[in-house]
Amino acid sequence: MSTDSTDPTITFDAVTKRFGAHVVLDELSFTVDPGEFVTLIGPSGSGKTTILRLLMTLEKVDGGTISIDGEYLSHMERGGKLVPADEKHLSRVRRRIGMVFQQFNLFPNMSVLRNITEAPTRVLGLSKGEAEARAVDLLDMVGLSDKASAHPTQLSGGQQQRVAIARALAMRPDVLLLDEVTSALDPELVAGVLSVLKEIASTTDITMLCVTHEMQFARDVSDRVMMFDSGRVIEDAVPEKLFTSPEHDRTKEFLSAVLNRA
Amino acid sequence: MFDNFGFFFPRILEGLPQTVYATLGGIALTIVLALVAGLAMLSRLRVVRFVARVYVEAFRGTSEVVQLFWIYLVVPILVGFQVVPLAAGIAVLGLNHGAYGAEIVRGAVQSVPKAQVEGAVALNFTPAQRLRRVVLPQAFVEMLPPFNNLFIQLLKSTALLFFINVPEMTRQVEVLRPNFGESLATMYGIILVLYLLLAIVITGVMRWLERAAARRLGRRPPSRTSALAKVSAGGVG
Repeated sequence: MSTDSTDPTITFDAVTKRFGAHVVLDELSFTVDPGEFVTLIGPSGSGKTTILRLLMTLEKVDGGTISIDGEYLSHMERGGKLVPADEKHLSRVRRRIGMVFQQFNLFPNMSVLRNITEAPTRVLGLSKGEAEARAVDLLDMVGLSDKASAHPTQLSGGQQQRVAIARALAMRPDVLLLDEVTSALDPELVAGVLSVLKEIASTTDITMLCVTHEMQFARDVSDRVMMFDSGRVIEDAVPEKLFTSPEHDRTKEFLSAVLNRA
Repeated sequence: MFDNFGFFFPRILEGLPQTVYATLGGIALTIVLALVAGLAMLSRLRVVRFVARVYVEAFRGTSEVVQLFWIYLVVPILVGFQVVPLAAGIAVLGLNHGAYGAEIVRGAVQSVPKAQVEGAVALNFTPAQRLRRVVLPQAFVEMLPPFNNLFIQLLKSTALLFFINVPEMTRQVEVLRPNFGESLATMYGIILVLYLLLAIVITGVMRWLERAAARRLGRRPPSRTSALAKVSAGGVG
């Protein structure tokens, strides 16, 4: 394992993922550097969300390997051979990764505050006081200081998503995965969530991998944008380049379809 | 027809403590077995699922009365040890209703959205923590209405314990019956009402739990009248 800044944080090496006969990811390879903000765009069903779910260990790879800072995520080494990771190994690599979901996935059996403090106390072993101090800071950052004792169901979708972002950050991840985090929100609530994410991107060195249909947002905050189609990266460029002069026809078609939607 | 109430009532009431012990003991055992067997049926290990399935089918598929005679009459012959009647009764009630309860637990756990488990995985909870902190608290509220039914059935099944001479309410009546054949309506009227009152107590406790659990999940307390009103209004929303 290496923490040399020149080594990529995330490495996909010939990753294949199938659901039944359907090949979602087709020997996919790419890397993400430390602190980079990378956005994945592409048509529905092109495998973008699957990439995030594989990184979060919610799915298993069918071929190839994924590593975080040079350490295998989906596999582990045993007796010089690569074998599928066991729960203990998964738990160790998961420590470094956080995820924000399209549908927030807040726990309805806990208050907003406990949603944020539960994992830091139970998983990281923080004291209640430390976890609450962390949660209060994060709620302040996402503009929901007054909602600590509220119940998730009492919040708007946008507020719930901001709590979910705070909850993920409370674990101090090195990598944050954002899975269409504004897709389930009413249009007027999207801006608030995006501005929180922009602030995180500009004030932290968390490596971020983002799946979104918010092209303006992608253009504003991304260091790099990857265009996906049929389980492959068909174009990989800085946002100015990809949005203004895409090389691939599929990218052009996709961008014009998305941008002319309004 | 309902004569000598003052004579019969205290004698039948003497059986009330045994009925209550059998009910509470049976409910306690039911909860434990239902939880263990219900979760075992969801295990990743095939052998664990198989054992749980055998337990559920065996107790759900055989007569409670026959089970009582087994544990009270047959088992002592096999092991040379006589079980206290009340304990034997509680064991059968618990084993039997635990088998039904296991399916309730399994269904309720499965009804918790997968996204909740994924949220817990993303926060690196251990599998046990996912269950204990996220899944079970949400499944709990779904279990309460069917468990209410089950507990009332268990209460009524305590009447079967008269077969193995547990001095509960029904046995009190059976003891009196040969000598007071002319007062059957009074005697059976009294226990009928007593069982009903106990059932109402169970329902009251369970509804209270249901409301408390719903509030904890941030849901409106379930209201059966408003649900009916929605149906008759053509299902708004």
